[in-house]
Amino acid sequence: MATSAVAMSCSKVENQQQTEDIIDGIGAMTMRQNPNTGDKVSILGFGMMRLPVLAGGTARENPDSPIDQDMVNLQVDYALEHGVNYFDTSPAYCQGKSEQSTGIALLRHPRNTYYIATKLSNFNPATWSLKSSQEMFENSLRELRTDYVDYLLMHGTGMGSENLNGMDTFYARYVNNGLLDWLVEQKKAGRIRNLGFSYHGDVAVFDLLLKWHDEGRYHWDFAQIELNYLDWHYANEINARNTDADYLYDELNKRSIPAVIMEPLLGGRLANVPVDIAAKMKQREPQSSPARWAFRFAGTPQGVLTVLSGMTYMEHIKDNVQTYSPLRPVTADENAFLMDIANDIYALNAVPCTACNYCMPCPYGLNIPAIFSYYNNCINSGKMPTTDKSDPNYSAARKRFLIAYDRAVPRLRQSAHCIGCNQCAVHCPQRIDIPKQMRRIDDFVEHLKRN
Amino acid sequence: MLRKIRISIAAVMIIMATALFLDISGFVHLYLGWVAKIQFLPALLALNVGVLAVLVVLTFLFGRVYCSVICPLGIMQDVFAWFGKKNKKNRYSFSPEKKWLRYTILALFCLCLIIGVPLVVTILDPYSSFGMIVTSLFQPLVVLANNGLAAIESHYESYLFYDRELWLKGLMPIIVSVLTLIVLAILAWRNGRTYCNTICPVGTILSFFARFSIFRIRIDEQKCIGCNLCARNCKAAAIDVKNHTIDYSRCVDCFDCIDKCKHDAINFTHQLSRPQSQEVPQTDESRRSFLLGSALAISAAAIAQTQKKVDGGLAVIEDKQEPTRQTPVLPVNSLSQRNLARHCTACQLCVSKCPYNVLRPSNDLANIMQPKMSFERGYCRPECTRCGDVCPTGAIMPFKQEEKASIHVGHAVWIEQNCLPVADGVECGNCARHCPVGAIQMIQHPTDPTSGKIPIVDASVCIGCGACENLCPARPFSAIYVEGYEQQIID
Repeated sequence: MATSAVAMSCSKVENQQQTEDIIDGIGAMTMRQNPNTGDKVSILGFGMMRLPVLAGGTARENPDSPIDQDMVNLQVDYALEHGVNYFDTSPAYCQGKSEQSTGIALLRHPRNTYYIATKLSNFNPATWSLKSSQEMFENSLRELRTDYVDYLLMHGTGMGSENLNGMDTFYARYVNNGLLDWLVEQKKAGRIRNLGFSYHGDVAVFDLLLKWHDEGRYHWDFAQIELNYLDWHYANEINARNTDADYLYDELNKRSIPAVIMEPLLGGRLANVPVDIAAKMKQREPQSSPARWAFRFAGTPQGVLTVLSGMTYMEHIKDNVQTYSPLRPVTADENAFLMDIANDIYALNAVPCTACNYCMPCPYGLNIPAIFSYYNNCINSGKMPTTDKSDPNYSAARKRFLIAYDRAVPRLRQSAHCIGCNQCAVHCPQRIDIPKQMRRIDDFVEHLKRN
Repeated sequence: MLRKIRISIAAVMIIMATALFLDISGFVHLYLGWVAKIQFLPALLALNVGVLAVLVVLTFLFGRVYCSVICPLGIMQDVFAWFGKKNKKNRYSFSPEKKWLRYTILALFCLCLIIGVPLVVTILDPYSSFGMIVTSLFQPLVVLANNGLAAIESHYESYLFYDRELWLKGLMPIIVSVLTLIVLAILAWRNGRTYCNTICPVGTILSFFARFSIFRIRIDEQKCIGCNLCARNCKAAAIDVKNHTIDYSRCVDCFDCIDKCKHDAINFTHQLSRPQSQEVPQTDESRRSFLLGSALAISAAAIAQTQKKVDGGLAVIEDKQEPTRQTPVLPVNSLSQRNLARHCTACQLCVSKCPYNVLRPSNDLANIMQPKMSFERGYCRPECTRCGDVCPTGAIMPFKQEEKASIHVGHAVWIEQNCLPVADGVECGNCARHCPVGAIQMIQHPTDPTSGKIPIVDASVCIGCGACENLCPARPFSAIYVEGYEQQIID
């Protein structure tokens, strides 16, 4: 199962060695070099999309609660102290509050000690005009307390909008209004150091951007792609509208475009793997968390510049810093192991939701991420009732599922109320057919209720 | 000794009856549903010959033990009377039977039963009064306590209780219950079983048999010293010490008299002898009857949506409201409005046991306080048969899960102006998707090209379960709702 993309490790750590020999976190943070600008970037990037809020959790769970700035400051301080120097934000994150919080936290450190990445997140058609988009960029600079952005991305190229497909949306957002050309000018003026794009969705847009790169029409200094051990080979199997990560990485690598990695944990799903899968991982390395495996995989390919992680809690930061200080690249044998694990996870048929909340608010009141999260939790913890009534466990499992469903999601926000208006699906970066999944879950629940 | 036995059995019975009505878990009726079914009037209405036979034989043998140990309203009055006796000892005295009052009320009761005036039947039936009091006044308290416990215990990682919707299902039963409770409390506190021996039609019916009972209270004239202690403690005012006679049509076999007598002069014995009762002029309480009336009205509609923002947030969901139906939707297998009017005593047992908050007491005068269905809080799920399981009078006939799809209680009607595909141009179809019998189809709008698909209902297939009305996203009034049938159609 070895691919060209997984670097063979020349480190002395082989998995034939005793597990006591594996100690993570005693070295320095692994750094990667940007081949174009020579930037030394930490392999761990701090994603500012899931910042902690005062009420607990993130802005997703408690949209009205203010960001816990003291905690963010603490976390950013710790990260910088331990070698993390890449911070990725966007005007859209944390209900619009992420850039401001990032700016406040970073202001407390010298500007030349970190790299800021932000995005032109003009998803709302109201911001598609050149003027609005320019205002968005200027606002970003203001909020981030800086006069230049190290890494500027076109946000979510390939994603469709209400009435347009991915390609047409891309043209409307960046090309027809002259925004892309304006960004190139800003780069010439030194206000953008590296210009790139993040990609989700229609692969035709990805291919087009690389074609322009090849033609010399535009030059991409970097690109941000979704990469993890599940999406490596299975993204396309899980959802036919998505693209396998090995293809995306290969295309960037052969053009020497550094890859910034997002979703190394698939929105946390690879940190909370099902019990039996976690057991397999622990059997190989008892002191390594499932998250560590995922991060090691994501950082191994040499063309990866940094791996972004949205670390809400201090424990996340500490674990990730340990994982990457230094990075132990994944060996060929370990790679095969992870591909097996990916196969197991794929076979579970969970809903590939990363709880990014882009689909919310559903206009008819459904709590989409909560429904998917509940359903996935049941699958992962092995508590899913079968549809086989003769199973001796059926009655207890059925009752538990139905009662716990009512607790997890209020009745009026459950899947039965999805009318299939499809306003959500267009915003899903994972391109989940949300109404179809809702129907699937509702049919299952209905079947349980009637039997 | 007999008194102690009576008290023990009565205590157990009233606890069980109360538990049956208060229960919100949905399990108690499986074990205690029989308590409702052995009550006299429900058994009469359901033509439950077995129960009726047993009760009649019981009364023939022992007199009106039913009134002391089976009827929960009777046991409740004994509780009030106990307080009254503590307040003033030996407060009762003999009074003659008010034959004219009892028989008039019984005649009125029978007339109303036959021609179908449910209000009178509801108020006079002791079992349904008890049920209504417990359900309307005390079950909401149980829900409150349950929710409080659920909130507290979640802090201790326990999930035995979970939050239940608290709503007052109808104003009328609350008013009637409060009035009944007040009147009974006063009467019982002061005079013991006045209601049972003047108003209660069940008491009057049983009195016919009790007059000929084999075991009865008798005074031993040799031992009696005429102290009057027994008569002063007789709840039924039935003991005439001067003539050593007892009015067996009113004695409820509470055995307080036996306990009180220090000379063993009064006992519960068998001996074939003729019934006696004498008239001694004395004044008695006058009674009130309950007069009520009320009507409610509902008004017009609108729909709402929420603007999409960035990431996160929950849309506000407006409450659904009950639509104005031309014909109310009656409970599944209640057969017809006439059947319901003639058999239902409005005991509220089905209302208190409906797991989906569908059944509630009606405000229509013709079926006042009897159950009807509405679907703004839940719908009549295809696998549920609970109302038929618990109804003791046969107003709601029991039915099986497989039969439910053949019982048509109404059919769905579409309201174009509320429908989201028409109003907003979105595709919906939630009604069609959830119809358990597949009676709804989505089709192109015949004239409006901007509209999404609209539903059409096959009225012959539709059973009126209300899934469409409940799951229709249009709020506060559904775009599709159920019109009931006066006469239910059973395939």
